[in-house]
Amino acid sequence: MTTENLPGLPEEPVARKGMFGVKDSGDTSGYNRLVVRRPPKLSSSRPYGSYFDDVADALEPAFADAVERVVVDRGEITFHVRRERLTEVMRHLRDDAALRFELSLGVSGVHYPEETGAELHAVYHLCSITHNRRIRVEVSCPDADPHIPSTVQVYPTHDWHERETYDFFGIVFDGHPALTRIEMPDDWEGHPQRKDYPLGGIPVEYRGAEVPAPDRRRSYS
Amino acid sequence: MSTTETATETQGRIYDVAGQDWDELVKTVSESADERLVVNMGPQHPSTHGVLRLVLTLDGETVTEARTVIGYLHTGIEKNMEFRTWTQGVTFVTRMDYLAPIFNETAYCMGVEKLLGITDRIPDRAQAIRVLTMELTRISSHLVAIATFGMELGATTPMLFGFREREMVLDLMEYITGLRMNMAYVRPGGVSVDLPAGAVDKIGEFLKIMPGRIKEMRKLLDANPVYTRRTKDVAYLDLTGCMALGITGPMLRAAGLPWDLRKSQPYCGYETYEFDVPTQNTCDVYGRYLVRMAEMEESLKIIEQALDRLSGPLKGGPVMIEDKKIGWPSQLALGPDGLGNSPDHIAHIMGSSMEALIHHFKLVTEGFRVPAGQTYASVESPRGELGAHVVSDGGTRPYRVHFRDPSFTNLQAVPATCEGGMVADVISAVASIDPVMGGVDR
Repeated sequence: MTTENLPGLPEEPVARKGMFGVKDSGDTSGYNRLVVRRPPKLSSSRPYGSYFDDVADALEPAFADAVERVVVDRGEITFHVRRERLTEVMRHLRDDAALRFELSLGVSGVHYPEETGAELHAVYHLCSITHNRRIRVEVSCPDADPHIPSTVQVYPTHDWHERETYDFFGIVFDGHPALTRIEMPDDWEGHPQRKDYPLGGIPVEYRGAEVPAPDRRRSYS
Repeated sequence: MSTTETATETQGRIYDVAGQDWDELVKTVSESADERLVVNMGPQHPSTHGVLRLVLTLDGETVTEARTVIGYLHTGIEKNMEFRTWTQGVTFVTRMDYLAPIFNETAYCMGVEKLLGITDRIPDRAQAIRVLTMELTRISSHLVAIATFGMELGATTPMLFGFREREMVLDLMEYITGLRMNMAYVRPGGVSVDLPAGAVDKIGEFLKIMPGRIKEMRKLLDANPVYTRRTKDVAYLDLTGCMALGITGPMLRAAGLPWDLRKSQPYCGYETYEFDVPTQNTCDVYGRYLVRMAEMEESLKIIEQALDRLSGPLKGGPVMIEDKKIGWPSQLALGPDGLGNSPDHIAHIMGSSMEALIHHFKLVTEGFRVPAGQTYASVESPRGELGAHVVSDGGTRPYRVHFRDPSFTNLQAVPATCEGGMVADVISAVASIDPVMGGVDR
C-alpha cells in the first residue's frame, strides 16, 4: 500500500500485527493497520571497508562457492558459510598466513523459527592475534536435519561450546568426540534456548495482586 | 557406617565415604587388588570453587584421567533475558560471573550500544566511571582468587588478608552503586547514577592503603618455600595449549603472550590510560599468581588516572547519553536504602508535565527498540576475554544474548593441566584457572 504520503513498505514478510503482544486478531488501534515487518536479510557487496577486504581476498579464491553471502554490519563482518564446507573454511582461516585466526571465542547458537530451511544457526567468533582482527562465521541448518560438522578438530576449544549449543538448540555436531549435554541434566527433554521452548514460571502474589509469570506478561516487542 | 562393598560389572567396587572411621576405609582400600581408583570430587567440595565436579581416576597418587562435570549452577539467565527489556537485561547478566559483575554489565551494554550505534556518544564521564569500577572489581576478583587459593592449599592467612582487602573494595562499590555485588550499575547509554559526594575521597584513601596491602601479600607468598613448592612447575600449560583450548586472561599471559584486550582492542577509552600488561613465561601456577599480583598493581595505576579525570576535567559531566529515547529520564541519587531516587524528577512528572510522565512510563515499562542485527562485544575480565554475542530482531527485548564466559572456556584446561600429575596438584591447577561457576553455567 503506497500512497503519496506514505513511503512504500519493504517487501518483507509480516512479523506481527497490532501492539502489546496480543495473540488474537486484536489491534488496539482499531484500524488493523499496525504491521511490523521482519528485518530484511542483509547482504553486503564490495568494498567491505577496513581490513575486511583483505580477509575476503584471502578466503574467497579457494572458497568462493562455500561462502553464501557476506554481511558487513556495525563494523563487523560475517561470512555465511555452507555447512558442508565449514571444516575446510575454518582450517583455512586458522592456517593461512594472511588470515591466521588462531583464537576461537567459541560457538553461539541462534534459533530463527521463521527462516524456513535455515532455522538453526551456529555462530563462531574468531580472533586473529597475529593481525589483531576479528571476524564472524555463521552456519545454518534446517530444523528437520539439524546437523553441522564439528570443528573440534580445528579448534579444540569448541569441545564444550559445541556441547553447549547442542544442549540448548539441538544442533548435532557431526564428528564431535563426545556430544552430550553439558548444562542440562543428561535425561532432560527438549532444548531450552529454542524459541518454541517455553520459559515457564508461576504467577506470584505481590501486595494482593497477582503478577503473572514473565512469559505471560504483556509484551511490547 | 561401614564401606559398602557393592561390586558391579560396570562400576567395580564402591567405597562409600560418609563419616565412618577413616582407618577402616584406608585398610579396605589397601586390601583391594584394584589399582585404579575413581574419586568423585565435588560438586559440594570446598576446593572446587563452588559447584564444580571433578571425576578423577587415580593410579596411586597420580591422576590418570580428570573429567570435569558442570551445569550444577545453570539458571537459564540467557533464556530469561529474552523475556525482559534491554535495560532489565543488566540485572541478569550481573549475576553471571558474580565475582566480577561490572565486567558482565559492561560487555552486555557495549553490545547493546553497538547495536544502537551510539558507542561514540557515551559521555566520557560514564566511560571513566566504567573504567574505575571495572578496575576496582578486577582487584577484588583477583584478591578472591589468591585468597581462596591460599586456603585450598592450607594457608589461612592469605585467605584472611585477601578477604579483608576485598571488603574495602566491596564497601567502595556499595558506596558508589548502592550494592556490594550484582549492582546493575552500568546501563545501556552510560551508568545508572553519578558518583556520590565523597566517593573520590574514599577511593583516594583506598589508593593510599592498597599498595601496602599488596606488598604485605607479596611478602607472605612470593618467596614462601611452602607456597612455591606447591605452585612452581605445577599445572603447566604453554602457549600452544592455551591457543588450542581458547584460554585467555592471566593463564595466557603467564604463558608469555602479552594479549590484553585493554591494550590490543581498547574499549571505554582504555587507550588513553597508561599501564603495562604483566607477563610471565613459566606457564605454571606460580606464574599465574605473579601475573594476578602485578595486574592488581597496574589496576591501581588506572584507578588513580581515572580518579584524576573524574575530579578534574570530567567533573560534573553527564553520566548517561543525552538521548531522551534511550537514557533514563532522571538523574537518580542514591538513597539511604541504596535505591536511587530523584525528588525533582518526580515533582516534574507528577506535578507539571503529562508528556514527561507518558515518556517516563513508555521508556521504563516498554523500553527502547534496538535495530535488528547482531554484534559481539568483549572486555578483558579478570579471567580473560568476556564476550557478549547480542542479537536483536528490532524489538524491545533481546532476541538472543550469549555470553562467552572465560571461566567456561578456561575450565576445559583441567584435563590438560591435571592428567599425569599428583592428586594434590589438582587443587592448585583448578584454583589457578580461577573459575567462577556462576559464569561457567550461567
